[in-house]
Parts: sequence; C-alpha cells; structure tokens
Amino acid sequence: MKARNITEQVMHVIFVVCGMISIIAVVGISAYMIISGLPAIREIGLKDFLFGQVWKSTASEPLFGILPFILSSIFATSGAILIGVPIGLLMSVFLSKIASTKVASSVRPAVELLAGIPSVVYGLVGIIVLVPAVMDVFNLKSGSTLFSAIIVLAIMILPSIVSVSENALNAVPKKFEEASLALGATKIETIFKVSIPSAKSGITAGVVLGIGRAIGEAMAVMMVAGNVANMPKLFSSVRFLTTAISSEMSYASGLQKQALFSIGLVLFVFIMIINIVLNTLLKGGYKDEG
Amino acid sequence: MKKIITIALAAVLCLALFAGCSSTKEPETSPSAAASAVPTEEALSGTVSANGSTSMEKVIAALSEAFMAKYPDVTVTYDATGSGAGITAATDGTADIGLASRNLKAEETGLDATVIAIDGIAIVINKANTVTDLTLEQIAGLAKGEITNWKDVGGPDSPVVFVGREAGSGTRDGFESIVGVAEDCKYEQELTSTGAIIAAVASNENAFGYASLSAVKETVTKIKVAGVECTEATVLDGSYKLQRNFNIITKQGTQPSAAVKAFIEYAKSTDAASIIEKAGAIYPAK
Repeated sequence: MKARNITEQVMHVIFVVCGMISIIAVVGISAYMIISGLPAIREIGLKDFLFGQVWKSTASEPLFGILPFILSSIFATSGAILIGVPIGLLMSVFLSKIASTKVASSVRPAVELLAGIPSVVYGLVGIIVLVPAVMDVFNLKSGSTLFSAIIVLAIMILPSIVSVSENALNAVPKKFEEASLALGATKIETIFKVSIPSAKSGITAGVVLGIGRAIGEAMAVMMVAGNVANMPKLFSSVRFLTTAISSEMSYASGLQKQALFSIGLVLFVFIMIINIVLNTLLKGGYKDEG
Repeated sequence: MKKIITIALAAVLCLALFAGCSSTKEPETSPSAAASAVPTEEALSGTVSANGSTSMEKVIAALSEAFMAKYPDVTVTYDATGSGAGITAATDGTADIGLASRNLKAEETGLDATVIAIDGIAIVINKANTVTDLTLEQIAGLAKGEITNWKDVGGPDSPVVFVGREAGSGTRDGFESIVGVAEDCKYEQELTSTGAIIAAVASNENAFGYASLSAVKETVTKIKVAGVECTEATVLDGSYKLQRNFNIITKQGTQPSAAVKAFIEYAKSTDAASIIEKAGAIYPAK
C-alpha cells in the first residue's frame, strides 16, 4: 500500500519536473538574451543601435546601426503576408467548404508536407530556381533580392495559415451557413459573408502565426537575399535580423559579437510581441465561440 | 517496504556490476596505451596555446588534430581572434604561438615569423564572361563600384555584380587588404562560405568574386591578375600578387616548451605538407 503511495508521489514529482523544463528553458533563454544583449546596446546607445542606418561591424571605426535589418525584416514579413494570406485563406476555404472529401484528403497532406520541408530545402530551391528566374523576369543584374525572399517566405507561411484557418472554418456552426443558404444567399456569398467572418479570430491567429514564422526564418532567406546590409529596396540585396546574426556569428569577437546578441534581443522582443498578440487573439476566439 | 529494499539492493548490485566493469577494463587498456606510446621517443606532454588569425583556422585545426594524434599527451588550443590579436598575444606571452595571416609590420619587433603555409586568392568570374586579365587597380575599381560595366575592362556590355564573404571572414580580409579596398567594397551579395561564392558566380553571368585557390572549381573561370595566372607555382614564386603568408609568430628570446617547439617543427615538416594542402593552403617549398 505504502509502496504504491510512493510510486504515485515519485511519478508526480517526475511530471512536475518535466512540466517545469519548458518554463526553465524560457526563463533561462530570456535571462540570457537580456544579459548578453544589453551591454552592446549600452555601449553603442539605444538610439544609434536601433535607428542607425549603417552597419559596418568590422571597420576600423565600426558602426552598429540595425535599422536596415529591422526594416528589411518588417518589409519581407509584410510582403510575405500580402502574398501568402489571400492564397492561404482561399486555400483553406477550398479545403473546408468547397473541395470534396476525396480531393481535400489529398490536398491536405500536401499542405502538411509543405510545413514539414526543412527551410534549407526552401533556400536551396530558391537559390537554384527562383533567384535566376527573378533575375530574368525583372531583367536585374542579380536575383538575390528582397523580392526573392518575400516569395520564399510567402510559400513557407502557407501551411501555418491554411491549417489554422481551416480548423477555424470547420468550427463554424453548420446552422449559420444553413440559415444563410435558406435565406437565398449563394454558396460564395455564404462563404464570404458568413463563414469567414465567423472564423475571423481563428484566421487572424493563423496570420499572426505566419508572421512569427516569417520574421524568425533565417536559413531560407539567407540563401536567396544576398545578405548585404543595405536599406531595403524591393530589388536590392538585403539582410534581415536573423541573417545578420547567423552570417557574422562564426567569426565575430568583442563588441561585434555583443552587438549580434543585441540583435537577437531585438528579434526576441519582436517574437514576444507576436506571441502576446497571438495569445490574446486565441483567447478572444474561444470566448466568441462559447 | 520490503519491495523498496529489494529494489534498492538490486540498484546497488547493478552499480557494483558497472563499477566492476570499469575496474577490470582499466588495467587492460593502460598497458596497450603505454605500448603504443613507446615508439614516439620520450612521451611529449603539455599544452600549446595558439591565438590569432581566423583565416588560418582550417590549417591550424588540421595540423593540431594530426599533431595531437601523434602525441596524445599534448593538447593544442586555438582561439580565433584575428591576426592583430594573435601578434599581441605572442608579444604579451598570453599565447605560446600567435597566428597571423599577414607578415609582421616594421614596428612589430622582437618577434619571429615562420611561414607555414601560403594562401592564394583567386578572382573568379562566370564562364560566359570574356574578361581574361585584370590589373589590381581594375579589381579595386570593380570592387568599389567605380566600374559598373564589364565593357570598361574589356568584357561584355553587362553590369558588374560583386559577390564576397561576410565581415570577419579571413578571405575577405585578405582580398580587401591586398587590393586596398578595405571598408570601401560595394557588395551585391555577402555569402558565408567559399562554396556559396563559387555557386553564386557560376549561376550569374554578371558576377565576380574571390575564393581560396584550392576551393576554385571547374564551374567558374579563374582570371589572370596583372597578366599572371593563379596557380600554385605562381603563388609560390611570388609572381601572383593576390597571396598572403600564414605565419606562426613566436617571441624572440624566450625558451618555448618542448611541446611548442615540436609543434612548430611539425608544422614545417614534410609530414605537414599534405595536411596543409588538404586544408586549402599551399605548402611553402623549403
């Protein structure tokens, strides 16, 4: 009897410890990012760091302005959302409302597979197929541009948008749509005026998830964007917050290394904001449905 | 309660079993290790701390790995900090040897430099480009963005795309310092490996870039610099200008430990030639 009690207690402790690991990891990483990210910001000055337009980390008089990286990241993410969201939304409407079960069951695994493809593969296909194509189509001297990164990101964020939106659309009560149809609305009118508005919060959550994925992506965009620290232009080579860290980390030392940690901190803050927005949206969503 | 005692006892027994394993294994391995150490004269031991050039990372990593395999009791450490920091470390004595991918300057006195390898930097262009020969000034103009069309240097009428390495890379530092364009380069792409540069140049007709001679592949064209082809022979005889020495820096007047001495001797020996060549540099003819 006692032995059983002890087993219960031991298992309870094990469960608690496992549960705590994620908290320990998050707290540990946050603390580490703040501790290692702040010194460089203090040395460079917050204003010069965030709003400086020139990044010359290894020059004899180094400049550490990350505005080009911040803007590039924001532009690339917005561009990817602009292209990815309409496609993703229509794709989820197709899967949820229009396609027959048979068709949907063959399209859905394809979308899921898209989510499972490693980002380096996206980059590889991008560098071999997309970059030369962009160069030819727009008659540029080099295809490694912000535009190529946007296209790659738009495809990469599709799965997160599609799967979350599709779940939200499936959760729309049947009676809403039936009522709309009974009142004489066509199928398309019902989708755009009833189904999508009812699933609004879920779809927004999918979009925010996509933003999170796009802004945090490094490998794929590093391979197609050229990585030069220019102020962003659609058809010029750009460097993002993520690629700024990964491209210089291997040889960095001193203040340069600390500044890279500070970029990590900025990126971390961005992701935190996105997560908070996402959590608020999801909570709101469930309240509506309840 | 009984159950717990049984489990505890079983656990202790298990541990005892493992303990038994390790204690029986040890006497087996140590004589064989001693036997293998016998042929290498008296056992060399200690540490060799190296500090300096990031460009020399591959060469030093390969050399120290082979050296430590030969003398298992010696540990070679390497801090990739940069040539300047490596020379300072050798002067201060904070490292046994400094590593510099440039020659000592006139004001850096009291030090000995030993050339262990030479690095040739090739200028590569796309196969479709008809340019065959550039002077250092032309290369500087192309890199700085002053020459924006290939027809200005005898090539086709197409824009120039300059592809290079990321800040902090040794090859970039070498190219920029020899050509004299440090901090003025207008890059179109900054890539993190030599292989990526070769791939980018191979896929873009307008592109040119730089790469360690050993990494250049058939997919791109090496051009002549000031009329000299980039080959091992021209790098060795000094006629090809885009090259630099990989030096081991030691402080004069100090008595290095046996391990440090052996490491430097090893790096200069013919045993090291194939290792250095595999690591992408040229072994200097002795």
